[in-house]
Parts: sequence; C-alpha cells; structure tokens
Amino acid sequence: MAIIETRNLTYTYPYADKPAFKDVTLRIERGEFILLTGPSGCGKTTLCRCFNGLIPHFYGGKLEGEITVAGLKTSEHPIHDLAQHVGLVFQNPENQLFALTIEKDVAFGLENLGLPRDEIRRRVDWALKVTGIYDLKDRAPFEVSGGQQQRVAIASVLAMRPEVIVLDEPTSFLDPLSAKKILEVINNLNKDLGITIILVEHRLDLAARYATRVIIMNEGQIILDGEPRKVFLESEAALIGVGIPKVVRLYMLLKRAGLNISNVPLSPEELSKSIMEAFTFDKC
Amino acid sequence: MINVEDIYFTYPNGVEALKGVSLQITDGEFVAIMGQNGAGKTTLVKHFNGLLKPTRGRVLIDDIDTRHVSVATLARKVGFVFQNPDHQLFSETVEDEISFALKNFGFDEKTIKERVDWALNILDLTRYRKTSPFMLSGGERKRVALASVLAWDPKILILDEPTIGQDRNQKERLRQFILQMNHQGKTVVIVTHDIEFVAECEPRVILMSDGRIVADGSARNVLTNPDLIAKSWLLLPEITSVLLNLNNLGFPANVMDVYEARDLIIERLGWDRK
Repeated sequence: MAIIETRNLTYTYPYADKPAFKDVTLRIERGEFILLTGPSGCGKTTLCRCFNGLIPHFYGGKLEGEITVAGLKTSEHPIHDLAQHVGLVFQNPENQLFALTIEKDVAFGLENLGLPRDEIRRRVDWALKVTGIYDLKDRAPFEVSGGQQQRVAIASVLAMRPEVIVLDEPTSFLDPLSAKKILEVINNLNKDLGITIILVEHRLDLAARYATRVIIMNEGQIILDGEPRKVFLESEAALIGVGIPKVVRLYMLLKRAGLNISNVPLSPEELSKSIMEAFTFDKC
Repeated sequence: MINVEDIYFTYPNGVEALKGVSLQITDGEFVAIMGQNGAGKTTLVKHFNGLLKPTRGRVLIDDIDTRHVSVATLARKVGFVFQNPDHQLFSETVEDEISFALKNFGFDEKTIKERVDWALNILDLTRYRKTSPFMLSGGERKRVALASVLAWDPKILILDEPTIGQDRNQKERLRQFILQMNHQGKTVVIVTHDIEFVAECEPRVILMSDGRIVADGSARNVLTNPDLIAKSWLLLPEITSVLLNLNNLGFPANVMDVYEARDLIIERLGWDRK
C-alpha cells in the first residue's frame, strides 16, 4: 500500500494569483528513499508541507484534489495526529530547537502526546542512540555544533516513531563532513528501520547515492521521476538547473568521447572503479 | 586593503573564537574563507566591517583602525551580506529594502532610483519590486539581501555563505556575478563550505580551523590536499576524489575540473593504445 498518495493535487497560497503546484499525482510506497529536487520556487517545499498537514491547516489557502498519508485524508486530521505518521525536519535546526537540554527537546513531542513516563524515556533514549547523540543528552542544544543540532532535530522527529520523515534541505547549513554524516544517519533510518524518506536537496552530489528514486519538479509540476541513474542522464534535468553531480557529468563526457563505462556513477568511488575497469579492459 | 594583525577574539560567554590571526587582502582580490562550523570564519569577517572589534591585535581597512570608527562609517566601504537574510531584511517591499541604505547614505532621489533598478535587474528581482521580502523563498530573500548591499556600491564585498539554498542556475549566476564584480576591481570575500562552488570559482583560499589559519593558497593547492581537507572537516572536490582513487594509473592529484579530468583520461587512454 502506498504511504503517500496524491491525485491531481493543486495548491494556492492565500492571496497568491497562481498555484504553487498544479495537478500533482504521486504515489510513494513504504520504504522508498525519495530525493525531491528542482530549481528554487519549483514548489517542492510547498508540496512537502502537504505531507504532514501544515497545508492546509496552518497555511490556509486553497487545496484541491486528493491527498492521503498513511491512509488518512490530511484535510480531515489535525496536524498533531499526522505528526505521528510524518515527521518534518527543516533546513536550519535553530528554528526547531528550544529546550534547555537536548533530552528535553527530544521528549517534548512525546510529552504532548501524553505518553507514560517510561515509554517516553525508552523512546528518547532510542532516538538519541540511533542518531548518535546519546552522550550529549544533558547539553543545551545551542551549545553543540550545527551538525549535532541537526541530529537533535532528527531525533525529536524520530522519537514520534513516524512512518515517513520529510527533510527539507537538512544539510545546507552544515560543513561537508557533517553533511555527509547526517545523510548517513538518514540513510540508516531508511535501510535499517524501513522509514520512508523524502529528502529535499539542491546538493545532489552527496545525497544521490542513497536515493531509490529521484523526483524533479519545475514550475509547480513533476517533470521527471525515476531511478537516479536514469533521471540524471535526462537532458531536461540539466537544462532547468538541477545540480547534476559532477561524477555524472564526467561520466557523460567520457562516454561521449568514446570511453566504454558500464554504469552511471553516483559517487566518486563508483566512477573511479568504472574507469579502472575500462582501462584494464582496453589493455586485454 | 584589509590588514589583520595578530587578532584574538573572545565572545562574552568566554568562547575564544580567534586565536592569533594575521592576514592581508589586497584591493581587487577574490578570497574564500573556508573551514568547518565553528572554525571562526564568520567571526573573522565580522571584524572586516567593525561589527566585532578584536580583543587583542588590530584590523586596518585602508589604514583605518576599525576600533576607532563606527560600523556605519566602515559600511560605506565594506558591504556585508549575512548568512541568514532574515537577520538583515525588515522593509515592506523589496524596493524599500534596497533603497533604505541609499537614503541613509544621503543619495539623491534620481541616483537612488537608478541604483535600485540596477540592483533589481542584476539579481533578477525586478518582478518582486513591490513584493514583501517575507513572501519570497529563502534563496530569493538571500538575493534581496545581496541587492540591498550592492546598491550602495561598497569597495569591499563580504558574502557569508552566499550559496546556501541556491539552485544550480542561481549558483552559476552568482559565480558570474562575483567574477564580474571582482573584474571591476572590487574586493570580494566569501565565507563558505561549498567545496564545489569554490572549485569552480578558483579564488585564493584561506582555510581556518579552531580559530586559526591553517592554510592560505590557491584553490587548486588547498582544496586538493587530502590532509588539510580532512583536518578541516571538508571533503575533496568530487573530481579530485575520482582521480585520486586512480593514483596508481599515474593521474595527477590536483584536478578539480570535469573537462580537465576528461582530457587527462582520454589522453591517457590514447597513449595506452599506442
């Protein structure tokens, strides 16, 4: 069964003269790792706001068509119900953290659900361990690094045991190595725990290798949708300004120059390996 | 000319963010300051417009000691675009935002109009002239913040994390734009950890770690040095990694550009065939 399903979904912000996205029909299965990208203003962030009911409950405006998340029609369920199914992580962790200790921040959502104390304790400890910040639990969120703050934000969402986690450019404020580590945490949530991931990113070089599917939006519509290795080769992707990973660009240039390389690389290691093989093959 | 003479800086909470930094940036240079979160990059550049004054040591902007002048005086020379545009924007329309500083600097109406039109156009914001900055996307708000600083034509331009939230085309426009400003003689200093962007711009790179400068050189030399990069929590450019893995085939370790890499690989293959 699909975890998220939309049919002809169209949304217009209050006072806007045209829709932010139009006629989006999309089926996301449980366990997928979706990389959602497209130029600024293409409607990707707005679409994500529909997944946990922020649209229409918080933003208002006009939502047309159908959307169900974990079998629930979002318009008929309040945000706090939907939050138990879909967690949202934002670009800047500072906007999401507020408590005096990291542990309290992670517990906050659970306390609001009115869960028993030892259940809260169990879930908080688990979420802190999965995201690798258990040792920091007594520190204040604003004392730790940006990468650690983003882990706190993810842990807070994870503690709610959602089936889907939507992350809107979660690495853009982080230095590259911290970004890489956060993406590894996200990948583990998907591969080990089976959580469906929807990752909104401009920087595809680090994220592409984890995705099972890439969806590219432009001007409020989905224009490409498929396996990363296929989607990145579409000339349309490059034309509208999607940041095709450099390894894919080098692959295409080499291919065009006549080098025989087997598959589209999603990381430098993959491309190095293919080039090495091409050289060895050439010598035989 | 920016002259930083052995500065130290300690925040009121006791964190020592700069521990003896010296450097010179001459007029018309293009410099990228890189390093991990908390390395002291933003703290350092906030000294360039007097927003922060060193606890020890001094900073001279064209021989003016920043300790003895106001931020407003320095602002005319040094334009600073913040990492988070929301720390900077406050007006009701994009147009008002951009003209605000111009009015404060006392430009006449006609000049203000010309400058605003120019800045809106160069940053592709003309259609948002009458829009509230807060209705725009994060990437667009960043461009409004940049436009509002550019409008008064400062000699030194400091951009803190300019590529965050920008898509591929906007980054390319930003790159062209920076190079153009730099070509016109402006000093441009960017603070960033966007490795691929810096690899494409090829500025002078200053690498910081734990409040100190740990490397200062061309992008090609600094960004392709695996030890320095690992120590600074950065990652090698993708293309550098590809060729570094092929080290035993004799490829150079300091390539960042896709076309250069292609030519090297094809040439090598041709040579092997002979």
